Amino acid sequence: MPPRAAESSFTAHAVPLAELRACPHCDALHRLPQVQPRERAVCDRCGSVLIAPRADAFTRIFALAATSLILMGAAVFMPFLDLSASGLHNRASVLDAALAFSQGAMVPLSVAVAALIVVIPALRLMLILYTLAPLVAGRPVLSRARQAFRLADRLKPWSMAEIFVIGVAVALVKVAGLAMVTPGPAFWAFCALVLVTVLQDSFMDKEQIWQAIAGAEPANDAAEGAQP
Amino acid sequence: MTISARQAGLVGCLRCGRVHLPDVALCTRCGAALSSRDPNGLQRVWAWWLAGLLVYIPANLYPMLLTRTLTQRTESTIIGGAVELFQHGDAGIALIVFVASVVIPVGKFIAIAFLAMSLEKRHLMTEHAQHRLFAVVEFIGRWSMIDVFVVAILASLVRFDAVATINPGIAAVSFALSVAFTMQAAQSFDPRTIWDD
Ligand SMILES: [Zn+2]
Ligand SMILES: [Zn+2]
Repeated sequence: MPPRAAESSFTAHAVPLAELRACPHCDALHRLPQVQPRERAVCDRCGSVLIAPRADAFTRIFALAATSLILMGAAVFMPFLDLSASGLHNRASVLDAALAFSQGAMVPLSVAVAALIVVIPALRLMLILYTLAPLVAGRPVLSRARQAFRLADRLKPWSMAEIFVIGVAVALVKVAGLAMVTPGPAFWAFCALVLVTVLQDSFMDKEQIWQAIAGAEPANDAAEGAQP
Repeated sequence: MTISARQAGLVGCLRCGRVHLPDVALCTRCGAALSSRDPNGLQRVWAWWLAGLLVYIPANLYPMLLTRTLTQRTESTIIGGAVELFQHGDAGIALIVFVASVVIPVGKFIAIAFLAMSLEKRHLMTEHAQHRLFAVVEFIGRWSMIDVFVVAILASLVRFDAVATINPGIAAVSFALSVAFTMQAAQSFDPRTIWDD
C-alpha cells in the first residue's frame, strides 16, 4: 500500500487540537487522517511515518512480547556456549559474559552490560505487556499505563539484545581457528528472541497505541476531549 | 504550504505528536514534558559530544584485550586487534571489525559535530540531508557497543587457567562510556530545529 501524505494545508485554528498532530521529527503540523489498517500516513515535509495501524496489532504484539520474555528467561538460565580446545572445556552462560568485567575497577561495566543485554530488554517487554494486556481484553488500561509505555519507548535505544547476538557471531569468528565452539540452547533462544523482537516492532505503531491508551483511560476522558 | 506547530503558536509533543496550547507543561496524552524548542539542546549535544571524545582517546591508547598463554602475554588495542586479524589473512573479517570499531565511531563524532554546526550555519547542508544524516547517526550509534560485547564474550569463554586466558582491558570501560555519551549527544538533539528558519 503506498504511503499517503498527511494533509498539511488547512487553517490550524479551525480544527480541534485533538485532531492535529505535529511531526515529532520536523514539527510540521498535520490534520490526522483517517487511516485503514495496513495503510500509513507519512509526514508531508520529512517523510516520517505518522500513523501506520495494523489489524489485531495489540493481540499480536502482546503474544510476541510474551514469547520474547519466555525466550529471555531461557537464554539467561540455559547453557549458552561451550568452548573446547585440545581436551580442555569451558562453558559460559549469558551472565558469565556480563560478569566478565567483574574484576576490580571494571565492576560498573559488568552491571551496565547485564542491564543492556538482559535487564533493560526484559523490563521493556514487561512494560509493553502491562500496557497492552487490558487493551487486548477490551478493558480500561491499568493505572500508570501512560508512564509505563513512555518508559518502554525511552528504553528502546538502550535495549541491545540484538547487538549482543551479532557480538557473539564476531567473537565466534575470532576464536574459530583456535578452538571449537558449540552453541547451547540459550544461544538459539537469543537468536529467536531477536527475530521475534523485529517482528514485534513491525506491528508497533505508537500513534495507534497512544490513541488506544487515551481512549481506555479509567474515568478520565476529560483530558483528551475537553481541549478547545 | 507546510507550517510547523511552532509557527501556528502551538506546541507539539516530541514523544507522541499530540498538539497543545503553548501554556501546557505536560502532554495530556502521554505525560511527557513539552517544549516548543529545547533552548539548551545544542549545548547539551556539544557537552556529551566532548565527553564522548575525551573518553574515546584512552579507549584507543589502552589495551582492550589481555591475552595470556603458556608462552606469551599480549595486549591488543582496538586498532591492533583489526591489524592482527588482517595479518592472519582474514581480510574480510578484519575489514568488518575495522569499520565497526574505528570508522563508525570516528564517523559518528564527525557527523554529530557537522549536524550541530549546520544548525548555526545553514548553508552547510540542505534540511533533507540533515534529516537523513541525523537518522543515520541515531540508528548506528548503539551498534558500536558490539566491541564491548565481543570482549565480554571472549573473556568469559577463553578461561583455561594455566593454558590460555583472555581478560578485558581497561579500554573496554572508556569505549563503552564513549558509546553511551555519543548516544546521549544524539538524543539531546532536537531534530525539529533542523527545519526552523
Ligand atoms: Zn516530519
Ligand atoms: Zn505526548
